[in-house]
Order: sequence, then C-alpha cells, then structure tokens
Amino acid sequence: MKIHKYDTVIVGAGGAGMRAAIEATKRSRTAVLTKLYPTRSHTGAAQGGMAAALANVEEDNWEWHTFDTVKGGDYLVDQDAAEILAKEAIDAVLDLEKMGLPFNRTPNGTIDQRRFGGHSRNHGEAPVRRSCYAADRTGHMILQTLYQNCVKEGVEFFNEFYVLDQLITEVDGVKKSAGVVAYELATGEIHIFQAKAVIYASGGTGKFFKVTSNAHTLTGDGQAACYRRGLPLEDMEFFQFHPTGIWRMGILLTEGARGEGGILRNKDGERFMEKYAPVMKDLASRDVVSRSIYTEIREGRGCGPEGDHVYLDLTHLPPEQLDAKLPDITEFARTYLGIEPYTDPIPIQPTAHYAMGGIPTNVEGEVLADNTTVVPGLYAAGEVACVSVHGANRLGTNSLLDINVFGRRSGIAAAEYAAKNDFVELPENPAELVEAQVERLRAATGKERVATLRQELQETMDANVMVFRTEQTIKTAVEKIGELRERYLNVSIQDKGKRFNTDLLEAVELGNLLDLAEVMAVSALARKESRGGHYREDFPNRDDVNFMRHTMAYREVGDDGTESIRLDYKPVVQTRYQPMERKY
Amino acid sequence: MATPTMDKAEAEAAAAASPYITVTFRIRRFNPEVSDEVQWQDFPIEIDPKERVLDGLHKIKWDVDGSLTFRRSCAHGICGSDAMRINGRNRLACKTLIKDINPEKPITVEPIKGLTVLKDLVVDMEPFFQAYRDVMPFLVTSGNEPTRERLQSAEDRERFDDTTKCILCAACTSSCPVFWNDGQYFGPAAIVNAHRFIFDSRDEAGEQRLEILNDKDGVWRCRTTFNCTDACPRGIEVTKAIQEVKRALITRRF
Repeated sequence: MKIHKYDTVIVGAGGAGMRAAIEATKRSRTAVLTKLYPTRSHTGAAQGGMAAALANVEEDNWEWHTFDTVKGGDYLVDQDAAEILAKEAIDAVLDLEKMGLPFNRTPNGTIDQRRFGGHSRNHGEAPVRRSCYAADRTGHMILQTLYQNCVKEGVEFFNEFYVLDQLITEVDGVKKSAGVVAYELATGEIHIFQAKAVIYASGGTGKFFKVTSNAHTLTGDGQAACYRRGLPLEDMEFFQFHPTGIWRMGILLTEGARGEGGILRNKDGERFMEKYAPVMKDLASRDVVSRSIYTEIREGRGCGPEGDHVYLDLTHLPPEQLDAKLPDITEFARTYLGIEPYTDPIPIQPTAHYAMGGIPTNVEGEVLADNTTVVPGLYAAGEVACVSVHGANRLGTNSLLDINVFGRRSGIAAAEYAAKNDFVELPENPAELVEAQVERLRAATGKERVATLRQELQETMDANVMVFRTEQTIKTAVEKIGELRERYLNVSIQDKGKRFNTDLLEAVELGNLLDLAEVMAVSALARKESRGGHYREDFPNRDDVNFMRHTMAYREVGDDGTESIRLDYKPVVQTRYQPMERKY
Repeated sequence: MATPTMDKAEAEAAAAASPYITVTFRIRRFNPEVSDEVQWQDFPIEIDPKERVLDGLHKIKWDVDGSLTFRRSCAHGICGSDAMRINGRNRLACKTLIKDINPEKPITVEPIKGLTVLKDLVVDMEPFFQAYRDVMPFLVTSGNEPTRERLQSAEDRERFDDTTKCILCAACTSSCPVFWNDGQYFGPAAIVNAHRFIFDSRDEAGEQRLEILNDKDGVWRCRTTFNCTDACPRGIEVTKAIQEVKRALITRRF
C-alpha cells in the first residue's frame, strides 16, 4: 500500500475532471486519478454542441436560456443554479475557443450556432440557434482541447487508477473528506491519496441499461463510493432516454441531426412529431420525443418486421450538408447498419443516455451530506453530480455546458479550500474496505458469473424502468435487483492475478451498478407522478403539490447488518419562474 | 423518403431467423505473471456477423475466459481504447464488423506493434503519449486575449479540419515500420497533432513545432509507406499531413 499526499485530488478525467484540473493545478498541488486514459472518457462521444446565448447568428440572451433549461427540466431544476449555468455559458464557450477549440465558424468568422431540442427564442416562441458546435464531434473537440490544456499546464495524471472508496473522517462532530482509495490496474496495488480536497468527476451510470449510448465503463463508480459512505444521492429516478439511438445498438445519433432539419417518421412515412409537439415538432425536449416514439411503436406504427423502431430521415438534406455538419453519425449508419443516409432513412429507437440525478452539490460544487450540510473538502461536478441544473430532464447541449461551468467552479472552489485548510487525518486502516472487497472477489469460488448478472440487470432495467413505468413494472425491477444483489454475493471471477485484472474490475463495477439501480428503482417507485424523464402510466400527470421536490436517497445499515434505502426530500429552489404546463 | 423494398425486408427477416455463425478467434496471449511465453489461443464462438470484433472479444471474456485482457470503452470508434492488430491490420475492434473480415478463416487478434506488451492485448501507451506531449499539442498565442472569440474564417478552419479528428488510438503510429524499428521516432500521431496546430491560423508556435519535428527523430524519418493512412480509423489522411509538415519545413510557409 502506498500513500500519496496532494492538495487536490480529482477523480475522473473527462470534461468536468479536466476542466477542474486546469483550474486546480494553477492554484494547488493536484493529482487526477482516472480509470482510463484522459482522452478515453465519454465526453468524447457527445456530438451536437454546447449551449450558450452568444447571439452570433440571431437574437438570444441568457435569460431565455435559463427559462428553457427550467422548463426542459419540468420545473424540478434549481433555478438559481440554472441561471448561473446560462449566464456563465457565454464565458465557458469563449474560454474553450481561447484554449484552441476548433468551433465551426459563421461567414463572419465568429462561432457558428445551430438549433437544438428545447432551446427557444423568447420563452418558447420558436427554435433558436444556441448550440455552439464543431461538426458532430463537439464532445471530442472539448475533450481533446481540455487534455491539450492539461498538457500545457502540466497536470499530473494517474492513468488507470480506479477509485474504489471515499475516505471520511469525523472531526469535532463534522464529517470531512480525508481522501480516496485507488486500485492501480497495472499492478493490483492499492494506493491511498490523502487530499485536502477531493472532486468527483467520474461520469454517469448508464451501463445498468441494455440499450444505451453509454460506454462500457460508465458504471457509477463515484456515486457508489459516496453512497456507500452514507452520503445521499439526489433524483436518481430521473434518467434521460435519448430519442435517436441506433436501433438495437443504442449508439447515439445527435439531436443536431434534427437541428439540421432531420425528421422522425413512422412506418407510414408520417412526420409524427407534429401531433405531439405542434410548435417545436422534432425539436421538442428529449423526454417528449422519446415517449412519442414509443407511443407510435405501441400503437402499431413502428417500422421493420417487428415494428420496433422508427426512422430518422435525413434523405431530403443535401449530401454536402450531411458531410459538413454530420460526418460522424452518417458514418456510424454506414459502418454499423450498412445504410447510406443520403438515400435511406436510419432505423432508430430511444437509448438510455444520461443520469440527471447524482451526488447532490451546491453551486460551488460542494457535496451535501443532507439537504443543507456541506461535507468539507468534498466536491462533485458533471454527470456524477446533481446541482440540479437538469431537473427532471436535461436539454441537449446543456451537459457539455454543465461540465465546463461546474467543472471550472469546483476546480477553483476545491483549490481555494485546500489553500485555507489542512489535511484531515486518515481513518484507521484506510484501505480496509477496498482490501476486503478485492480479496473477497479474488478468493471467491461461488457459481455466479458477472456477465450473467449484468445481463439480467440490464434486461430488467430496459423492460421495467425505461421510458414508461408503472408501480408494477418498478416493483418487478426492485425485486429482481434484490435477487441479483443476493446472487452477487456468490459471484466469482476467473482471473485471480494482480496485473491488469479487468475481470476483477468488472465485478466491482457490477456491484456499483446493482447498488445504483436499486436506488433508482426505489426512488422511482415512491415518485407517484410523471415529470420529465420519469413517466408513470399509473400517474400520468405532474403533481406539483406532492412532488415538486428532489428525492434524497440514503443507504441505511441496521444493527443486524441489513441494508435498506431511506428516502427523504429536498425543496426545489424557485426564483423567477412559476411552474406551468409544459408544451412544445 | 425512400421506402425500403420488399426484398430488403425479406432479407432482414431471413437474417433475423438465424443470424449466428461459428467464428474462430485466434488471439495472441501473454501474461508475464504466469509465463514469459507468448501463446496463440483459439476460441470458437457463435456470433452474428453483423457484430463487432469487440463483441466477439467480450463473448470470450464474459462466457469463456475472464482472464482475456484488452482495453475498451465507448465501443463505437470515438474513445480510441481498442486499437489492435486484426488479421494483420491495425483497426479498432469496435469499428470492425465480423462480416467485413472474412469469418470463414480464423480471425487473428494481437496487440498493436512497437509498444511493449503488458498483458494480452494491452500495451504500454506511455511512449506514445510522451511523443504527443513533446510536440506542444496546444494552442499558443501572445498578446492580450480578445474579449470575445478569436475570429477565424471558415476556410482557415477547414485548413486543419482533418487532423482535428485524431482520437489518439495509436493505430497509425503502431502501423509504421519506422516506428517498429526505432521507438524514438515521434510517429505519425504526434505529427498529426503538431499539424493540427501548425496550420491553425490562430496559433503562433508553428516555428517551434517545426523545429521539434526537424529533429533527427522527426518528420524526415517518414518513408511515406502510407501504412498510417490505411490504419487510421477516423479516415485522416495521415501521410498527406506529414508531407504538409515536411513541405512547411522546407518553405517555412504554413
């Protein structure tokens, strides 16, 4: 076991982590721990753009952006945070441009902008061009630009270091962050990183679904590490299903395709979104479009022999426009489906895409231990966190924005905290939990296999807690997850070695997914209303009287060692916008 | 909108009836924790030819041998984790469909060449990233920053578009015979990333980067074999980019 000491430790090297690292490295001795290499993160898979009311191509302002974000989130958004997001968006985009990001340009040489779902002029009048983009590779460009600037700033990375535990020490009755425990993939060695400040930026948890746009590595490691140490998870029932994933594979096809004029059609060739969203049509918010697609499929208007998908039609767009604006997604259609998007429509279905919920933080990125108490020295930003700027449904282009705005904020706040505070003493035997976990898995001889359990988990999640939910389907999922958690205790792995043991890590990741899936299902069961990405067929309406509040889920361990989930609630911050019925 | 023809629908239905075929994966195994010997191991598996080589590797890891080790993440050609040598050519396992590489014969899978193998398909990426870091892969400007964005014409933006696509997967560098023989050579990927900034109208460190690449281990080592261009999963014209850097070194115009 090795012990390292840093002022600031950042967990994760995607957009949020590297944006934080650029700030923290300038102000404090910083280490970035990442289970992958920095440019492998899933930020790179984001396509369509980053929202900011630059008004480069038409009238726009950040107040309209704030409103769209609040409305898009079905009023579960904390409005003070949304205002910061929209206001700081402008500098966030300009900062990236100055760091070198190669945005597409207007004829005047300014950053070009395009339309995106849910972004409108003057509070819903018509779509507005707010998304700043680089073809359909905006996430790739952000990730590369941030890594380039990390190289420039000399950021210190620990690549393929897997953080498995959050260390918390109680000082004078206050729980403070003391550091993290990491497993080095190359050697199997366990490392303690003692740090004055820790920032989680470890991304989402989409891999508990089967059809998902998420990478294999998005297994909610940061959420699980904090949750197991008694910290709450906020709004985990809200998960976004992106309308246009490649049929059966789930690979993302950007909303920018519809921003460029692409149209969704059912088997009769009908532009069905006109029925569901007369103004915004194909550019309504993602939850609305995904439900519309499944409604078409359920009512027998789906395409293909099994009627289980619809078409994204780009055939009316000039090939030059597709080549210039959507080169990657058209290539995905050719590579994975053998389809030529110039002439043929692309079969799509909604795909599990983004966790709106996560580790609760305030607008400085400080992690909350309950509705109001901050955990000193602990921060989170990006998809792992819940500020909450996305509420019940995130708008497209707001996540690339979120990682930049709140990555930067948490990087600054953490480094400033580290400058003013001393190290917190490590708990006794800091590696105890991780050592036990790793040793147990290495020594296990049970009959259960990781891949089997993961597949069963993904199947039950897809079947029961996806776009449409009912009490019965969610209960089915809760029971199944409980059964899988039991069986997980009998999981064994084949690779017993220390060197690059990815067999072992997949087992650890499955444990994280099971914990978080349970939180999600239990939170969803209790929310007896429909709001944003959480749609209950048995409660189809939004219920502001009883449920205009954030869910806070805590892990409880009884005296006999039994685990349970306790749900509490936190008020939504409302400033200028009163909840209204959401129409697009 | 074009309507799919009946033939196509029938073909789809027929394929859906029994999509699976048996394919043998012949994989180069190496685990120094167990043995210093390299071994080729055959894994016959059932797979839909429309699936990816990565899906085949997962089937083996998940159902047959959990110790098989490889890197992967996004599974659709964006993250650059899973470059490997498949049937003797560098490719991304997640972007190579079984049907496109003749499943009749065993599919050979081995690590990319020129970098130290650590376990099975996992190589030491550090020398690759060091070469990348050595070419100053970041925008360098001087003077006061403008309040708004720097302006750049669409033409100037287009000038370096191709090399912005790089995902640092190392497929190009590890396909280069010069790099195999001498790991000191910067390699195509580092040059591609230097190109991305040298030809960016906003950047002011082109001369410095050119001097770095004028080194004995720099661009002049390139023998123009086009392996890198063939290997690039992003379709970057790598050899052309290297030639443009060479030309800029001679003309000092960029």
